[in-house]
Amino acid sequence: MSDTARLRKTPLNEVHRTSGAKMVDFGGWDMPVQYSGILDEHKTVRTAVGVFDVSHMGELEVRGPQALDLVQHVSTNNAAKLQPGQAQYSGLLYEHGGFVDDILVHKVADDSYFICVNASNQDKDFEHIAAQNRFDCTVENAGPKYAQIAIQGPKALATLQKLTQTDLASIRYYWFKDAAVSGDSARIARTGYTGEDGFEIYVAPELAAARWGEILEAGCEFGIKPAGLGARNTLRLEAKMALYGHEIDASITPLEADLAWIVKFEKGDFLGREALEKQKANGLKRKLVGFEMRGRGIARDGYEVRLDGAPAGWVTSGGPAPTLNKNIGLCYLPALSAQPGVAIEIMIRNQPVEAVTVPTPFYKRAK
Amino acid sequence: MNYPENFRYTKEHEWVSVNGDVGTVGITFHAQSELGDIVYVDMPMPGAAVTAGESFGSVESVKAVSEIYSPVSGEVVEANEVLKSAPEKLNDDPHGEAWLVKVRLSDKSQVDGLMNAAGYTAYIGE
Repeated sequence: MSDTARLRKTPLNEVHRTSGAKMVDFGGWDMPVQYSGILDEHKTVRTAVGVFDVSHMGELEVRGPQALDLVQHVSTNNAAKLQPGQAQYSGLLYEHGGFVDDILVHKVADDSYFICVNASNQDKDFEHIAAQNRFDCTVENAGPKYAQIAIQGPKALATLQKLTQTDLASIRYYWFKDAAVSGDSARIARTGYTGEDGFEIYVAPELAAARWGEILEAGCEFGIKPAGLGARNTLRLEAKMALYGHEIDASITPLEADLAWIVKFEKGDFLGREALEKQKANGLKRKLVGFEMRGRGIARDGYEVRLDGAPAGWVTSGGPAPTLNKNIGLCYLPALSAQPGVAIEIMIRNQPVEAVTVPTPFYKRAK
Repeated sequence: MNYPENFRYTKEHEWVSVNGDVGTVGITFHAQSELGDIVYVDMPMPGAAVTAGESFGSVESVKAVSEIYSPVSGEVVEANEVLKSAPEKLNDDPHGEAWLVKVRLSDKSQVDGLMNAAGYTAYIGE
């Protein structure tokens, strides 16, 4: 057996291990990669409901009279537009315009923001924000205070509704509410990383195992299944959601990552703004674009992409798209070629295999 | 899981079953279980030369690519075409219907250096 002692564990680790999940080292966390199988879990989320332990994700809390000023300074989206109970996807950038992380900013109150961040970035993000704190805010690295469980799929609402009195249908997409789940306080956000409707709930770690069991029981009639990080990845790729370390990192700006929509220049100054303005004025050199394989083969992260036989970019994420029955991927290409309908080649084990750029997202759920 | 007594096994989780001077090669139940859902198989064409211990193709699951190492040296006489359109059979019947290639052995004694079923099950800790 591999040595898992040094790995960080979520409050649900024991539950995963005793229920037959296959565990992997995911950025220093001992996490379930699959339960019944990635394809089965993927399909279950698209057609019914799946439940994911995402307690490895980090949470940062920013509090104080000038909390908005600090959030606005470190993030690219316009947090001033948020109402209490509303969330937004945003970027945390370095001054040079590259990503520290991609984040979900939740406005709890005028003087309180709750930021969900990537697991392996949480300490870095905390230090980054704390270093920018000239607004006399309290910045807390609050990860240990929360377990996070994602309930995702067309039957997510019906499943979770059984465990709470609050009317879930009244929580709109990218809004959240603090309400009781099974009698204990929880933060219920209508967010997710699968391209399906669903919820992410934040609960006290000691309650996670109880909530997990209750959710599985509540979703039983809909065919709920626990799902792992493998399905989470195929689901988010079909929905073209970025994954830190793949589509985005410190060397990539939001404009390059096709995330210009989370950059709100009109909001005023923010960290990285100058670099992005300059990049915008000079024109992008490279940009993220989706593709699907035409030839036989599966593109994987890091594979070289060729245009007219010459190296032109790289695959950031690639693999099978179970819902679409195609092999798909995302890649960086020179900006002029980063549009749908361009013939490219992916180098798979030293062989060029035909592919074509396509519009994204690859998958969009019916409303 | 039952690992056939008449197979020989590699540390890289391939098996070979010898009949006359032809060896049938596949991946083990343990290998497919570790890989998860298999979605793609890349195999040599008949006529290709393979060398013991060297990669001759790959098996891809949803998540990852795994090289397949030949347990034996020789010439590929047949590749299992069924797997091109139905790679998932490798999950269902890796020791039977989902064999990968048949190889005309250039040195039958190579098989003697491989593990038997008892040795392999001990190796994977089952």
